[in-house]
Amino acid sequence: MTGPLSPASTRNAESVWPPEVWRAPKKTVLDPRDRGGPAQPLLSVTGLVKHFKVGGSPFGEGTVVRAVDGVDFDLIKGETLGIVGESGCGKSTTARLLMQLMPPDAGRLVFDGEELGGALSLTEYRRQVQMVFQDSYASLNPRLTIEDSIAFGPQVHGLPARQAIARAHDLLDRVGLEPARFAGRFPHELSGGQRQRINIARALAMNPRLVILDEAVSALDKSVEAQVLNLLMDLKQEFNLTYIFISHDLNVVRFMVDRVLVMYLGKVAELGGRDAVFNQPAHPYTAALLASMPSMDPDHRVERPPLTGDPPNPINPPPGCRFHPRCAVAEAVCSVKEPEMAATGTDRAGARHAAACLMRAAGSGHSRAPAVAVPA
Amino acid sequence: MTPMIDIRNLSVTFTGRGKAVRAVDDVSLSVAPGEVVALLGESGSGKSVTLRSLLRLHPKNRSRMEGTIRVDGEDVLALSPRALADYRGRKVSMIFQDPGLAMDPVYTVGRQIVETIRRHESVSTAEAEARALALFKKVSIPAPERRLAAYPSSMSGGMRQRAMIALALACNPKVLLADEPTTALDATVQIQILLLLRDLQRELGLSVIFVTHDIGVAVEVADRVAVMYAGRIVEEGKVADVVRTPRHPYTRGLLAARVEHAVPGSRLETIPGAPPDLAELPAGCAFRERCVVAEPRCAAERPAFVQRSPTRGDACLLTG
Repeated sequence: MTGPLSPASTRNAESVWPPEVWRAPKKTVLDPRDRGGPAQPLLSVTGLVKHFKVGGSPFGEGTVVRAVDGVDFDLIKGETLGIVGESGCGKSTTARLLMQLMPPDAGRLVFDGEELGGALSLTEYRRQVQMVFQDSYASLNPRLTIEDSIAFGPQVHGLPARQAIARAHDLLDRVGLEPARFAGRFPHELSGGQRQRINIARALAMNPRLVILDEAVSALDKSVEAQVLNLLMDLKQEFNLTYIFISHDLNVVRFMVDRVLVMYLGKVAELGGRDAVFNQPAHPYTAALLASMPSMDPDHRVERPPLTGDPPNPINPPPGCRFHPRCAVAEAVCSVKEPEMAATGTDRAGARHAAACLMRAAGSGHSRAPAVAVPA
Repeated sequence: MTPMIDIRNLSVTFTGRGKAVRAVDDVSLSVAPGEVVALLGESGSGKSVTLRSLLRLHPKNRSRMEGTIRVDGEDVLALSPRALADYRGRKVSMIFQDPGLAMDPVYTVGRQIVETIRRHESVSTAEAEARALALFKKVSIPAPERRLAAYPSSMSGGMRQRAMIALALACNPKVLLADEPTTALDATVQIQILLLLRDLQRELGLSVIFVTHDIGVAVEVADRVAVMYAGRIVEEGKVADVVRTPRHPYTRGLLAARVEHAVPGSRLETIPGAPPDLAELPAGCAFRERCVVAEPRCAAERPAFVQRSPTRGDACLLTG
């Protein structure tokens, strides 16, 4: 539909600027850091809970925001898992809990078979898990040069300064910024796209196995966003990474991820393979979210908003299914019974597809529920 | 038909400290009564500056405007301060990306609407309050009586944007300017606001200029689209034409770089480099250094905007 540019001219463009870090995809070799083997999830999250108290005094109660209210999922080695949902659904809080930027109220994190706080120390965990944030400027120290910013983490973890700087230069090269030109600059001298490349390089400096990308491309201009997405895919191959990709832009999520986790008011609404979730959403919320994407077709514009009203407040989530007040197919049972994750099938790649909706749970009392449970 | 908005050869230069920056350079654009035009561009392309020029919102002592702007026959750049104050909100009003910043935090939303109406028309407070209530119903705010008494800070993002639309429409303007009004909203709320704007525009016959960086949003609301790059309009045409057969290499690159229709995991087409620094624009075509089809003559000559057909035009030496 877009009248693509000719392939020859496209190649020509890439050889000019910036130098794209495109190398032939390596075969997946056995990672020497791997402990549990390929079948062991890289990260296993169970019962993750974070409530914030707002208002109130040291003596009074105040109210409780249930930002993350019982999240479970497994992260498969080498995959990209997308997390989507409206603002206030808990996706960024989940990311911060996974990164241990704040302590969870409850929940277990098992990284490659070793429990965090048990066999695995926080220092070692932080070496393996890194994060890239949305605001490329706020996440860099304005008083440090680019090379010092990238070399800072490895030095804290014991790498001699000279080696850390050498590693920083190597990483700058990998993210497509000439070390000779950029190493001595300060963050304010760079564009947003360049700064986000620095943040990616800094995350990789620790040689992590998991990188959490929290709206990492959302603040970039569209033409720069495509460059950074290409870079992220190349780096994933090269460094054998696993990604958690959080974004409000469903088009970018569809492009980047292998599996999708849909969150609503602090809980998982749906989890499944990319194609299964995007083509056959099992939860009415997912369906509405997908229908809210602009159509890109001037002859078939969206005629009616799929959801009315704003995302509800996680202070007082509704009883039963949290989505029922906005749901088009809700029945009386939905305001009483809280749905559990129920399997709806397996996609071609073998990923399980499950949704927390009473329509998917056998014998739930919803008129559209199946008679027999789908085997997980 | 005489256009409702007619911008001719508009240039806006910001002086102030350091080098003068020409943020908008020789832009011409006209909008018919009842027409919706999207101004599409990246940050620094001059789309918001063009829009703000229509209300003369630039700091007077640090900016210079050249060219002419006529709105409904009135010469905007020649308006006296008093006439300008009458014109703002009455004939042309604007909605912003962040209604939290655009509204006064210490007055209730209802009071701000009443104040606006009474500034422009000699009506009683009771009458203005009744109109404010009707406006809130029109923009589908649930429990409108209660919301009129609310402060902006106690409303959600989508509700605040609806309240700002009500405020903008308070004095029945002929022109509505929208500066990325849905960018900060969730997708589910964005589509509600876009459809609301589309319905109100149709019902009231408004002329609308809608600034956005998102082609998808432009397709939802606009009849025509003008693509801006480095302070100039590089391509203009009906939305369907521009989206289906983009002509300017920048528009073609933007559409090709979209993830919507890409095969997941494949390599995206990209526009190399980043938007140029307006203070140090290269000679010739500003897009030349990122352009995949640039020729030597692109460096020598700056392409003028050429109307190729009654509904289409672009500013590229190679598309003619």
